[in-house]
Amino acid sequence: MTRRLDVLVCSGAACVSSHSAAVRDALSREIDENGLSNEIRIVETGCMGPCELGPVMLVYPDGAFYIHVKPEDAAEIVQEHFLKGRPVKRLLWEDPEARRIVEGKKQIPFFAKQVKVVLRNCGRIDPENIEEYIAADGYEALGKALTQMARNEVIQVITDSGLRGRGGAGFPTGKKWQFVASATGETKYVVCNGDEGDPGAFMDRSLLEGDPHTVIEGMTIAAYAVGASRGYIYIRAEYPLAIKRLQIALGQARKMGLLGENILETGFSFDIEVRMGAGAFVCGEETALIASIEGERGIARVRPPYPAVRGLFGMPTLINNVETWGNIRHIVLNGADWFRSIGTERSPGTKVFALSGKVKNTGLVEIPMGMTLRELIFDIGGGIPNGKKFKAVQTGGPSGGCIPEKYLDTPIDYESLKELGAIMGSGGMIVMDEDNCMVNIAKFFLEFTSDESCGQCVPCRTGLPRMLDILKRITSGNGTMDDLDLLQHLGEMIIETSFCGLGKTAPNPVLSTLKYFEDEYREHIEEKKCRAKVCTDLIAYRIDEDACRACGICAVNCPVGAITGELGKPPYIIDEEACIRCGTCLEVCPFGAVHVLSGELCNQDKREGSK
Amino acid sequence: MKEILIRIDGKEVSAPAGSTILEVAKQQGIPIPTLCHLDGLSDIGACRMCIVDVGGKIVTSCTTKIAEGMEVITNSDRLAELRRLNLELIFAERNHVCSMCVSNNHCELQDLACDLGMQHVEVPYAYPRLSLDASHPKFIIDQNRCILCGRCVRVCAEVEGAHVWGIAGRGSEARVITELGIDWGDAEMCTDCGKCVQVCPTGAIVEKGKAAAEMEKHPELVTTLKERREND
Repeated sequence: MTRRLDVLVCSGAACVSSHSAAVRDALSREIDENGLSNEIRIVETGCMGPCELGPVMLVYPDGAFYIHVKPEDAAEIVQEHFLKGRPVKRLLWEDPEARRIVEGKKQIPFFAKQVKVVLRNCGRIDPENIEEYIAADGYEALGKALTQMARNEVIQVITDSGLRGRGGAGFPTGKKWQFVASATGETKYVVCNGDEGDPGAFMDRSLLEGDPHTVIEGMTIAAYAVGASRGYIYIRAEYPLAIKRLQIALGQARKMGLLGENILETGFSFDIEVRMGAGAFVCGEETALIASIEGERGIARVRPPYPAVRGLFGMPTLINNVETWGNIRHIVLNGADWFRSIGTERSPGTKVFALSGKVKNTGLVEIPMGMTLRELIFDIGGGIPNGKKFKAVQTGGPSGGCIPEKYLDTPIDYESLKELGAIMGSGGMIVMDEDNCMVNIAKFFLEFTSDESCGQCVPCRTGLPRMLDILKRITSGNGTMDDLDLLQHLGEMIIETSFCGLGKTAPNPVLSTLKYFEDEYREHIEEKKCRAKVCTDLIAYRIDEDACRACGICAVNCPVGAITGELGKPPYIIDEEACIRCGTCLEVCPFGAVHVLSGELCNQDKREGSK
Repeated sequence: MKEILIRIDGKEVSAPAGSTILEVAKQQGIPIPTLCHLDGLSDIGACRMCIVDVGGKIVTSCTTKIAEGMEVITNSDRLAELRRLNLELIFAERNHVCSMCVSNNHCELQDLACDLGMQHVEVPYAYPRLSLDASHPKFIIDQNRCILCGRCVRVCAEVEGAHVWGIAGRGSEARVITELGIDWGDAEMCTDCGKCVQVCPTGAIVEKGKAAAEMEKHPELVTTLKERREND
């Protein structure tokens, strides 16, 4: 019997954590019971993108895209859709714009505006099966490079393509390859930087989980081009699924003669080893990463000499980010002109982003460079949920900056983002709405970076915690206007004098929020007001006398017993001193009688209360 | 060896290829403040005091090798400001109270503060509560005075060859440790040579039995030792 349907069940980490495995098992059981196992095949794929809606699955050839699938739904899907050909409407992705049921995957705006190059196979093939990868033109680029291209031709096509490092700094990849190729050393190394540490970023993880062979193929092509014989994939130990799939992929590639000794019988040999990082953000910096692979403490080293000249074990080393590796095979296969036809003049190609925060469609997206922030956030991301107002978007994670609404039409490329005081970064994109306090956001990122500083150089090790002290002072209502100058001074000084990229970028969230949201800093200092009502020292909870129905639910739920009152006799009253501002009363009140105050009114009341 | 021509504070000088900016400046009698650097030990560029301006970019002179045609500025208002703020950050990080310190008047950190005209500290003090290890029969390590310059680590590894000292932890949790974080008194690799005491720029590693301002140090012993070894 011929195969009729392919059911692609997403098994990216987000869907796995929303129990996609149980869905798969239930489906497989139902398919068996209905005697369809010869006609329908279940494929576990990598991340499909819309993580918020998981577990998701896609049925081919009709393209029905199911979201929030539960194991209980399996019987209905099999009966209705697989047997009778009627997709289960209630589980299909509902387009929020058109208010109609969207059936085909292509029609969904989330997918329609994306251009998938690096993520082409993610969500389409089974990452644990090399044959599926090969069926999708896998290892064709390697074959082409090894048999039809000279080493310098490979480097030339990468140079001509204009590909720039996707780790964030945007260094021309071809140039880097050229440096390593012309460096002399007994052994040369190729390294994949998979130490993805930004809060809210999961691009590298998704690619390694969803299509590990793409990275392996890219590295092998590079090894041939620069004359390297050994490769390392440095990946965080916190990514067990990616590590597992990588190991499987490496084993399969070796078995097929695509990795190891005498690759494709061309006489070229190259092998890759996986090294796990212990979860230090600084190890994403290339010299610290090298130190870590060598078994040393993960701290940055003096550059120059650059790794291209003296890197891993003192040998010329080519380090690229996971996503950069993901581009290689497509460029080799389709040529530099094809690659340049996507994206912009100075930033060709696509970029993968991990869209998160206050946006309807959070998840993994790939867009052509040059798309505006607005298109990405509002068209693909679906805008801000719950009718809230957009406030800012943070690109580049803790090293990046917050971009306000007036720059939403800025095209996404390396230079434009840098001009705004943000950076492209590795692809984290966190959207913030009016409920986010920008001072608190800056504090959050600085907490992260000062925690992750390696401690080697003075400005980063001691400067970042001092900036954090000042921010804490401001968010607790004890800041002065002089603090703003001091923050600015310190931030600029740390950027100028730090040892490595961590310190040189860590003040960006503070400096960019100071630049675009100085009003909020002023309010915190002068009016003791947090307009987003986030900074707990500057807010107070009140029960509205008229709205309170004295049901007592707030008092029962208050974890510290700060609310008193008599059943049926409004109003209940919150004891200001005892209240820990957890917001539970606000959440549980059925009558919307609890309000949050911040600013003058709140302080006035506080003063009266303390009399 | 090949000579390289550079311009330092407007003056054209030539120096052997492979020299650092700091070495050339010293030869020319141009003062650049240093703290983690010590003649005779490798350079790590940790303290950032020796920063200079190379074509508008701030680099550490101890780790930057000269290149043909390089334009170096060793002193400017901006450099002075950056160095002073950097020094303030060192003072604010731990508990540097000179009057009660055995190294008072013999302290490189204190000297730098005087030289750079640091009159007050603008940034908030951290006032951490740190430990003091007096388990060694002759010496004490007081973490409160440590500036993590790493001289003890380097002298122990590069000159004594004992590898007792190391650095553990990251960010503001970073500490110098003996062996794998055991008490100094239990560190079997320690030869009790006291080189770490002599090179420590502050009152962090000191001899026992010294009262305030009594601890004089001789970091120049590293160069003397090296010279003697080379002449042997």
